[in-house]
Amino acid sequence: MRLLTHNMLSCNIKGVTNGFPLRIEAEKFMEKEVDFNIDFLKSIFSKIEWTALVEAAQSLGYNELPEEVVDSSSMLESSDFLKKFHHALLELHLEEGALICPETGRRFPVSKGIPNMLLHEDEV
Amino acid sequence: MSSRPEFQAPPEIFYNDVEARKYTNSSHIQDIQTKLSERALELLALPDDSIPRLLLDIGCGSGLSGETLSESGHHWIGLDISQAMLDVALDREVEGDLVLGDMGQGIGLRTGVIDGAISISAVQWLCNADKSSHEPRLRLKAFFGSLYRSLARGARAVFQVYPESVAQRELITSFAMRAGFSGGVVVDYPHSTKRRKEFLVLTCGPPSVSTALPTGKVEDEESCSDASSDDGDERTVSISERHRPTKKRKLTKKVRGRQWVLQKKEQMRKKGNIVPPDTKYTARKRKARF
Repeated sequence: MRLLTHNMLSCNIKGVTNGFPLRIEAEKFMEKEVDFNIDFLKSIFSKIEWTALVEAAQSLGYNELPEEVVDSSSMLESSDFLKKFHHALLELHLEEGALICPETGRRFPVSKGIPNMLLHEDEV
Repeated sequence: MSSRPEFQAPPEIFYNDVEARKYTNSSHIQDIQTKLSERALELLALPDDSIPRLLLDIGCGSGLSGETLSESGHHWIGLDISQAMLDVALDREVEGDLVLGDMGQGIGLRTGVIDGAISISAVQWLCNADKSSHEPRLRLKAFFGSLYRSLARGARAVFQVYPESVAQRELITSFAMRAGFSGGVVVDYPHSTKRRKEFLVLTCGPPSVSTALPTGKVEDEESCSDASSDDGDERTVSISERHRPTKKRKLTKKVRGRQWVLQKKEQMRKKGNIVPPDTKYTARKRKARF
């Protein structure tokens, strides 16, 4: 599961108002090479929750992302920034571990890169 | 298949290891799923600017439909309830991210992040109560509500469905409308029982000129009667929030004319059948009692 997907996932349990971002408990992760596409990075940037991405990358051991993106228009022109962004967003894969809901503490296990988001009967 | 899969078992049980492999290895199914995905992607009407988008594949199964999305350069997240099907997708090393989840429990994505959603042959599973705790209406509501929220403004969702009945299609479209979607049904090849395919095309946001429904495909190889030239109206049914969903009009069989009979006879001759010669009596109006 890439951090792009993690940045979109939110806890769906009934009654939970703040189910994002899910905290990552990483047991095993991998790096896979993905084609670099500037247009995609620029267009997806506005949808990304930056703090969540930085935290998620750090939990996978990648600390190169700046904590804050103050001036996005100029940052998006810097190829150095884009490469780091690309690496964190698309090339880091969580293989084994868990996603933890920030509000309820519920664990969603991740196995073979697939998070199990199935809710129990009483959580729907 | 003699009976519909939905009648045999819930999807996570029906699509077990054996069935998942059988499904994915069947070249017939691969072919159909690819064609359906390509058509669904076409109906998504994404802007033609070669910027990859983030799409959602609902009921992605073993990734047959997702591969079509990857081939067009898009990133996608696939959701499916069957672990066995997702395992097959892993084996095939699909490029999208897979999530094990139940669409009837809600999509579970943040607001406005998805640029488009497709679903091939999956949404009809929502209409079955697979567990005693299931209430299909609540599941449909949760599904469409959460999907609407997760789609960006102006984004579309295209579902290829095999509705069991008109009532089931009505049920699905009514819940889509209640969630705020507008759109309609596009039918490809409406006259052919084998090739007929239905796509529910939904748009986020109010209906506008840009969200006009595309017309469904019609056979052009077979010669149809000239009298059916207004088929365009019968191929799409649009729904909006103002009025209740209109039932798809029954295909009225126009009274066949002499022209059609002559064409059919010509076809049969080409096939090699023995056909009586065409005379002034061919397709002449008979008395009612005849």
